[in-house]
Amino acid sequence: MTSEASDDLPGDVPSRRTGVQWPMLIGLTAVWVLLWGGLTVTNVLSGLVVAVIVTLVFPLPPIVFGGKLRVRGLVVLIGWFVVELFVASAQVVAQALRPGKQPLNAVIEVDLRSHSDLYLTLTAELLSLVPGSLVVEARRSTSTLFLHVLGVRDADDVEVARRRALRQEERVMLALASDEELAAYRADVEASR
Amino acid sequence: MTVVIWVCAAMLSVAAVLVLTRMAVGPTMLNRVVAMDVLIAIVVAGLGLEAALNRHATTLPILVVLSLVGFVGSVSVARFAAHDDKGEGS
Amino acid sequence: MTWFDVVSAVCLLAGCVLSLVAAIGLIRFPDLLSRMHAGTKPQVLGLLLILVGVGLRLRDWSEVGMLLAVAMFQLMTAPVAAHMVGRAAYRRGAVRRDTLLVDELTPALEAESGSGDQSGRE
Repeated sequence: MTSEASDDLPGDVPSRRTGVQWPMLIGLTAVWVLLWGGLTVTNVLSGLVVAVIVTLVFPLPPIVFGGKLRVRGLVVLIGWFVVELFVASAQVVAQALRPGKQPLNAVIEVDLRSHSDLYLTLTAELLSLVPGSLVVEARRSTSTLFLHVLGVRDADDVEVARRRALRQEERVMLALASDEELAAYRADVEASR
Repeated sequence: MTVVIWVCAAMLSVAAVLVLTRMAVGPTMLNRVVAMDVLIAIVVAGLGLEAALNRHATTLPILVVLSLVGFVGSVSVARFAAHDDKGEGS
Repeated sequence: MTWFDVVSAVCLLAGCVLSLVAAIGLIRFPDLLSRMHAGTKPQVLGLLLILVGVGLRLRDWSEVGMLLAVAMFQLMTAPVAAHMVGRAAYRRGAVRRDTLLVDELTPALEAESGSGDQSGRE
């Protein structure tokens, strides 16, 4: 795994972090309490023990998060996600039920403008969750996603899908990125226009 | 409510039969994995329906387990399919 | 029969319709990647609708917590599984080229295989 990863991003794969990470512990404990379905002292304590063991046995690479949470951006992100979920589901339903020959698909390359593992991952996750687009390949080094898009008729549809992916990224950035990251992102967008 | 639930159950049964057909036909392992994922979604839906009909929550932990088991299953098959070169994989 | 029950029934019905259509898509779509698109529907929107329906029917906070956990797990894991399967399919050549209008990944992979072995793994 490491040799392949180093090929992708020469010498720049961060080492797995060790030690205690409070956000992770709290998150895992919250899941544990949800699973047991009750907020009691025993649940919280046993959850904390399990969380410590899990984080010690399976350390993860660090995620660099230097941004800030914007409530308005987050609401827009989630709202649009729900809208897209319904619209895209309806489109796939229509295509599954339409009689006759199926339309073509496409595999497109989308160059994201941000250069952060976190935003790349989030954008890819959101794009995969919406039916009709599927991430078949992702590159960390260049922040490139390869999407499989269902039901394209012509080159215009391909461009529509590409723009949809880029707008998804923009919404992620507007919800989470810091001011500097956002400025760099905007400059990149202007430059590529 | 009961009528709605029965209509839902009928739809799920038809869906399950279709998915099982795809799983039997294949033609490849990865196709079967996709079919299995959908079948798990259908089973979750069925358990949810039953919980909604009888207004009890005893089956909810099974939903949690199913949603995780399905993930582990498809990821491991995908990984083997990616590495096994001449086998039945693709 | 309260308003909660009506909304719950609508959600359950919609979720089941999505599952049925997904199964039809699974049978009808010509290749693996298209079938995966069909599969995403009951796994995401269909499941969420069913969970909302069940939650509205039960109306009990500790149970709603568990439903929330199911939804969260599903939303976090479904894209990862779909990506793994899709990636394996593409790399094994299980994609039918005649269903593709545009293919921008094959040239990229070929350009890469000249310079080194597989990459892009995260």
